[in-house]
Order: sequence, then structure tokens, then C-alpha cells
Amino acid sequence: MAASLLSQAMRRCSAHVCAAVAVRRALSSGAAAPSVFTRFLLKLSHYFYDVENILDWNGWLRTQAIIRKNRLFGYAQKNFGNNVAAAYYILTLRGSFRFAGQSEWFRPDSRGRFSYDFMSTPDAQIEEVDLSGTLINHNGLENLVKQNKLRTLSVRGCPEVDDWFLAHLHVFGESLVELDLSHCSRITVGGLAALQNLRKLERLDISGLPRLQNPGLVRILLEEMLPHCQVSGVEYEQGLIQPDSQEQTEDHHEASTHTGLRHL
Amino acid sequence: MWRKMFTSVPAFRALKAPCRSFKSSSRGPDKDFFKDLDAQLRAFRDKAAAAMPGSDWSPIELTPGLPPERADVVIVGGGVVGWSIAYWLKMKARVRDGLRVLVVEKDPTYSQASTVLSCGGIRQQFSLKENIMLSLFSAHFMKNINNHLWVVNEDPVDLQFNHSGYLFLASEKSAHIMEENYRTQRYVGAKVALLSPSQLKERFPWMNTEGVALASLGLENEGWFDPWSLLNALRRKAVSMGVYQCFGEVTGFKCAANLAETTDGEVLNVQRIKYVNVRMPNSLEYQPVECAVVVNAAGANSGKIASMLGIGLGPKESVSGVPLPVEPRKRFVYVVHCPDGPGLDTPFLIDYSGVYCRREGLGGNYITGMSPEETEEPDISNLDVDHEFFQEKVWHHLANRIPAFEQLKVSSAWAGFYDYNTFDQNGIIGLHPLVPNMYFATGFSGHGLQQSPAVGLAVAELILDGGFKTIDLSAFDLKRILLQEPILESNIV
Repeated sequence: MAASLLSQAMRRCSAHVCAAVAVRRALSSGAAAPSVFTRFLLKLSHYFYDVENILDWNGWLRTQAIIRKNRLFGYAQKNFGNNVAAAYYILTLRGSFRFAGQSEWFRPDSRGRFSYDFMSTPDAQIEEVDLSGTLINHNGLENLVKQNKLRTLSVRGCPEVDDWFLAHLHVFGESLVELDLSHCSRITVGGLAALQNLRKLERLDISGLPRLQNPGLVRILLEEMLPHCQVSGVEYEQGLIQPDSQEQTEDHHEASTHTGLRHL
Repeated sequence: MWRKMFTSVPAFRALKAPCRSFKSSSRGPDKDFFKDLDAQLRAFRDKAAAAMPGSDWSPIELTPGLPPERADVVIVGGGVVGWSIAYWLKMKARVRDGLRVLVVEKDPTYSQASTVLSCGGIRQQFSLKENIMLSLFSAHFMKNINNHLWVVNEDPVDLQFNHSGYLFLASEKSAHIMEENYRTQRYVGAKVALLSPSQLKERFPWMNTEGVALASLGLENEGWFDPWSLLNALRRKAVSMGVYQCFGEVTGFKCAANLAETTDGEVLNVQRIKYVNVRMPNSLEYQPVECAVVVNAAGANSGKIASMLGIGLGPKESVSGVPLPVEPRKRFVYVVHCPDGPGLDTPFLIDYSGVYCRREGLGGNYITGMSPEETEEPDISNLDVDHEFFQEKVWHHLANRIPAFEQLKVSSAWAGFYDYNTFDQNGIIGLHPLVPNMYFATGFSGHGLQQSPAVGLAVAELILDGGFKTIDLSAFDLKRILLQEPILESNIV
């Protein structure tokens, strides 16, 4: 029944909405349809504790991988200084950065290998960081807190960037000028409220945040909160209920809940 | 003869049916057969599913919802503290069914539960080191909540956390206390900043800074969240780990009593709880639950539970004459609408007059309230809201601080209970000397929700390890009440 309702709802959706849904699916981390095998395991886990435990371990291992990637580089900090540790952390995450006063960017190659040239300048502070598409989270940000010259930070499309990450950004309150948060699937308006501590912020990109319910309103509120900041990526009309699109959004909502049900 | 036998067996008759239908054109028996078969198969499927491991099917009829006859730990009170204790007990026990934990909650709808009727704030701006650490730990727990409370096959937990810090305002008189608290908070590791009135005006232009000498703003780990989500997430995880949940009311205890003599020569009646009587809702039926340890996490009603054991009923000047100083206090929360009010940068504002205010959603709604004077405590027999209180006490303080609130409209209101510790407004965690197997986790005076994850761990450590390991909460022991040595917290809201 759910499937038939789903197909009915999908048919009523316009092509535009469907495309938007598809994009959102692709961007959000956990929304991909599970394979037949996974669904079989989930079914079994209703009946057998062992299967449930195996799935539990699997999830635990996955979170451990993220924790490992974002651990504090204490050894590097102690032996080579905060700047080298921060640079090393960024490169291991396959991000790229630029030192203050230099024009060239340090970035790993397509296989994640990088040169250790940054170790020759332990006093150089990082000015620009591009971490788009990496697994950085609020714990990993701890490696960068000493970079008080950081002017630009991009975390475009990072699946682990959440509201707690944004709340921790207050450490760059005196330096951060440009922030790109686009396509982070876990950011909500509750986290964006924490950006009030970034008094120097001039440019903010909030495009493609799937969990913002009315992005237009959020943009207005953000501009009110940070008067010197230019908020981009969202039109004022976005998220407003138009008389004819109201039905569509409801349909879309219905469709997504039904897909959710079906995945259970 | 064979033909006769075949026709007497229904199944064979059914098998023959197609031939017969060939001869006579009616298809009735044919349909009957498949309908029958379908029903039979469905019944078989249902029975097979019910007999699978994990279902609650039993060959004997039982009253649904009865608690188990035996449990290792019975937690009285299924609020956020109770479920947190249950979760941490199971987490620390590691082995499934290594520990049987039962949570008893009297209100299945949680309609009067303090957890869900609170404002849902979390802050580190306390004056006591223990309170700051409890709240920091809880913030850390919520940060990684999906690593802790992740359940196979369920959606990830969404606390709807709003990262807007608390803003405490201090007048000339209380500024030095705030500075001192600020130093304690920074020392323990909270991210707090002090603001002068001019900085305050620059940060929050919508605020009237008259009379403010100093302000402290939480930068990180502070804000508000949805209490129901936290409660449900803890409950879901605990139940998935094998905690028994029972909706019923604890009506009494069955104890084994021993006489013990103190060094002063006073004879004490030491009781050890053997059975907890759990009465089913809307019936007289009750089930005694045999148990080793009881945890009193009943919040506002924990004083009542303690008095069932005779705590506080003994003669004055004796140990049994000191009651548990926890009583329900009614607090009103008002939802006001003001389209011109402050926007996304609204902090959880706490004025030195005692009025608090926070944003609710993005549509110009705010939540506000204040604690009444000690002498004007409202009646606690029901949860009715006193609207006069807002008009007389709250509004003018609020409008004085935020001038835009002159034009506000009260859109709704509710009331909830604080588990108010009349002795020193701090949590009580520990054992009572007269009941050596009842642990107390109560009296948080409105901070129970934000401290619950840490308190749960502390109580679990106390039960399983015999002492505090993560956060030393020995200052919150029940001993301080018997010895009449209060530890005072200056930032009570």
C-alpha cells in the first residue's frame, strides 16, 4: 500500500520537485536506498539479537572511523607546533589550505598523497582552508582553534558538519570573514543562530541546506543578526508557501515519509 | 468403499473439486477451498511469527503490562533522569541481561512530567564546580548523542538543539558574584564571555541595558532543545538494550529491618528494601517486584516515596526525623507572541530580577516566566496557570529589559513542577544511611533535564562501581542534609 501511495504521490509531483528530491537524496548521507541484503539483515534484526548486535558493531565501526579521522593531533602539536599539526590534519582529510602571506595552496593529489613542505615554515599561520567534501566534524575543529588568522573556511558538502560544529566556530570570531556552509546535510537553523559570535563575518553561503524549512526567512534573520554580512545562496522567496505549490510540498512530504516507511 | 472414504475426508473432497466443476458448471466449492487455504495459511503465518524469538506471545493469558517478578535494579520514576540511569546501567553492565533493570513510571502519557514541561535549556553558568561539570558532560553527551543513543533500524536522534547561549545580567550589587562565577566557569572549562554594558548594547541593540553592570554570555554548549526528544531517545535506547518498562505506581515497599546502634548510642532502625509494590494503573492489582537496589528518581514526588520508608517520620533530632527536603513547586511558563521582538540572535536571557526569556521558533514567539517569591508559592494540587502572575510580576520586568515586549500578546501558557530542594537547591545523589539500598537522584530544582545524562552515569557508577569515577559528586551526597551543611548555588532560575 505504501508503495502504491508513493507512486501516486510521485506522479502528482512535478518534475522539478522530483529533481530537487533526487538532489537532496544524493547530498544527504543516510538517505540512499539500502540494498536488498541490508534490508534482509534489518528484517532479521527484529527477531535475533545476534544480527542486531552485528549491525550495531557495524555502525560503531563506522563512527569509530570518523572519530579516528578527527582525533586531536596532540603528538604533532607537541613536537612540531600548532600550525604544522593543523596543516597536517587538513591534508590528511584531503582538504587544502593556504598560509598567510603566501599565494600557493597546499593540497593532496587525487590519491591523497601530499608533500611535507609545510613543515619547513612552522611559524606560518593558516589563512584560508578549503575542507569541502571531507569528513571533518566538531572534534576535528579542535585541531584548528589556534589558527587565529583564519579568514576563509569552506566546508561545502561535508556530511559530518552539524550544529555543534557551527557552535564551536566562535573561536574564530575575531578573524573569520568568509564561511561557506553550502550543501551540509545536517545543519539546521538552531546551529546558524550560533553564528552570531562571528562578528567579522562578511560573506556567508547557505545554499542547498536540506534541513532548513524556510530558507528565505532564515536569510532575512541572518542578515538582521549579522548586519555587515552578505548572505548568499538563498532567495528571499524560497520556502514561502505559494498558493499552488502548497499541494506540491505536501505531496513531497508525504512521498518522503512513505519512502521512509518502506525502508523500515 | 474407497470412494466413500475419499468423500469423508474434506481435503480429498477439495482436491476432487476441479473434476466436479467440470461436470457441473458451479465453481462454489473451488472458491471455498482457496479461501479456506488462504485463511489457514494466514493463521499459520501469524502463529509462526508469534513463536519467533522476540515476540511477547505466551501460552498463558497474563495481564498486559505487569512488571517482572524479579529485577536487580528498580528505578522509580521514568523521567529523563530515570531513563538516563537505566541507559548507563545497561551500558556499563555490557552483557545483555547481565543486569535486570526495571523503570516504573506512573504517567504513561507524561502529561504531568517535569521533563517535558520544562523549558529545555542547558547552560554552564553555575557557581558550583560540580554543576558546571555535570552540565559540560551532558553537553558533550548531546554532541555525540547519535553515537550513544543510536538504535539499529531507527532514525537518528534529532534534539532540535538551538545553539544560543545564556545571557545572565547582573546589577551593581551582584556583579562581583558574577565575576567570581565567571572565573570558576572558565577554570572548569566552560566557554563564557563577560560583556560590559556598552558591549552588550552593541551586541544586542534591542535590549535596554539600564541598571546592568555586567553580563555574561555563554559561547558554546549552551542553548535549548526538545526535552521530549531526549527522553524518547534515552527510553528507546534503554528498552532496546533490554530495560523493562512498566507503567504503574509504586505504592509501598516491603523491607527487612535491622537495629543498629550509632557511636552516640542512638538506636537506628535500618531497613533493607526487599520488594517494591507496583500497582497497575486504574486497578487495584499490584505486583511485588523483588529487587536488590532501588533508585529514587521520582523528581517532584521523591519526597513522597522517601516518606513511604519512614524517612522524616521519626522523632525530631534523630536521623529518621530528617525528611528528604524535596517538594514539588509549581512554575508557570508563558508563550508570548511579539512580531517586533528580537530575532535569531535572541539568547536565553536571564535578568537579575529573575525573569527569563527565550525565542521559540522563528515566528516571533517567545517563552518567558520567573520564579515566584518564597512566600508566594502557588498551590501545587493541580497544574492550573495563574495568568495574573504574568500581568503583575513578569511583564513589567520583561518590557523594561526588552522595550519591544510592550506590545506582546500572551498566546498560551503551561505549568510544570520543579523537584525543588528546599535545603540548598542542588541535586541529591547518594544513599540514605537508614535505607542502605535506595539510591537518591533527585532534587535538581529545575536543572534535572540538562544534567540528566551526567547524573545517570554518576548513579550507575555509584551502583556498579561503588563510587564516582567520571565526575566526583560526593559534595551532593545526602550526608549534607543530615549534617545540616548546605552547599549553595547562586545561579538558580
